[in-house]
Amino acid sequence: MVLYSLTFYLFSSVAVLSALMVISAKNPVHSVLFLILSFVNASGLFVLLGAEFLAMILVVVYVGAVAVLFLFVVMMLDINFVKLREGFLQYLPFGALLGIVLVIELGILFLTDRSSNIYNNQTPLQPIVNEVENTKMIGQILYTEYFYLFQICGIILLVAMIGSITLTLRDKGGVKRQNIDSQNTVDASAAIEKKKVKLGEGI
Amino acid sequence: MTYDILITGLIIIAQILAVVVPVLISVAFLVYAERKVLALIQLRRGPNIVGPFGILQSFADALKLITKENIIPSGSNKIVFILAPIITMVLSLAGWAVIPFAPGWVVSDINVGIMYLFAVSSLGVYGIIMAGWASNSQYPFLGALRSAAQMVSYEVSIGFVIITVLLCVGSLNLSKIVLAQQTVWFAIPLLPMFIIFFISALAETNRLPFDLPEDESTLVAGFFTEYSSASFVLFFLGEYASMILMSSMTVILFLGGWLPPFDVYPLNVVPGVIWFTVKVIFILFLFIWVRGTFPRYRYDQLMRLGWKVFLPFSLFWVVATSGFLVYFDMLPN
Repeated sequence: MVLYSLTFYLFSSVAVLSALMVISAKNPVHSVLFLILSFVNASGLFVLLGAEFLAMILVVVYVGAVAVLFLFVVMMLDINFVKLREGFLQYLPFGALLGIVLVIELGILFLTDRSSNIYNNQTPLQPIVNEVENTKMIGQILYTEYFYLFQICGIILLVAMIGSITLTLRDKGGVKRQNIDSQNTVDASAAIEKKKVKLGEGI
Repeated sequence: MTYDILITGLIIIAQILAVVVPVLISVAFLVYAERKVLALIQLRRGPNIVGPFGILQSFADALKLITKENIIPSGSNKIVFILAPIITMVLSLAGWAVIPFAPGWVVSDINVGIMYLFAVSSLGVYGIIMAGWASNSQYPFLGALRSAAQMVSYEVSIGFVIITVLLCVGSLNLSKIVLAQQTVWFAIPLLPMFIIFFISALAETNRLPFDLPEDESTLVAGFFTEYSSASFVLFFLGEYASMILMSSMTVILFLGGWLPPFDVYPLNVVPGVIWFTVKVIFILFLFIWVRGTFPRYRYDQLMRLGWKVFLPFSLFWVVATSGFLVYFDMLPN
């Protein structure tokens, strides 16, 4: 019990602190690295809740793929930090408004949803051991009850993918492309030509 | 109460040491074996001075590297620069927590073992990207960019290969994956997937012919150009430890883990851990053999292979396998 509470406080405090560092770090690359740390700790919290499948998916998808590309882009960008900070005061009221709305919403959720067993349950956080693995449980619900919503999600993702490809794909003229088939079928007779060169004349 | 926690903690630490120490020792011998095998392929002698047959060469090298001066470039981002090799090393050791060496010989027998391995191997790219960025120098940065794109691309096909295996097992637990291969190893019915997985594992561990991130003929030493001494050793150990990890993953997914090839008398009395080790050594030999045989890929060829060949093929194979299993009513439970 003590170990579980200790790990919970470790994961949650590191997650919150690194989330703070994401918005306060001066260097954007450091921000992304803190974001990754925050993700990893969130997945640790999922493990403590007994949602091991969600935890691993969080690491594979967000940390392993999305954040890598994010870091990739941030590293490549040539950002002028001084200019970036100029608009800070201008956007402050808007950001504060968003934050306050979110806090109020969370508060309402917390106050009204007391009846649900999550808050009433006095037992400390520990993995809930079920007979069925939660990977199977998710599968059984996702592909039966929420089948149509699941399919719609897939279609939305497909649309987003096609949209981003059409936005970035430009067919400029004069672009030289690799033709792999022709490269693979090259043999010595096509690549090398033997010529008899007369002395003192050249080709 | 407090004693319980103390004892649990000590047991956990002992288990971790029991896995990590043999892994580190096998890394040392893997480096020696690689140099020796490459030497034999190229008709040389290889290391033969330190100890009998040069078997202590890796330890001498490690000692030499650690006692050298650790140079941190003045233009580098120091914290990230030092963190990068540590992350590489830790991640390459973290995956071993879920590897079952024999029935019950596993530190943590979790339900989502294969997902955990996949997650840890996909995190490996961070050590490389951080090293490349923090060095504040062109060659490491190019190496890091190459590595990021390469590892993300090949993870996709590794994911589909894992899904194919999981369709035949019905569980994400590594011990159950091994036990599902009692009748036949998955390498036989899923041979194309086995080959794709092996090639993707080469790309995932940045081994030849896909070692573009450290391509020494164009990038000096790639992402660890600026590293020296102990931090270089950590990268080096990390690379070889993750090589052994990927080999173990291959063995568990396709070559029946600790199971003997046939369940007959002289073979099934051999302990499971020996079978496991023999198979891992076989896959590691393939890694070294490939290094000694094939030239390095060009970067666009590497990307083409990942996205235009492996991805469609493994996707097709997922559909074909699931179709087959449903049609013949062979889906597990």
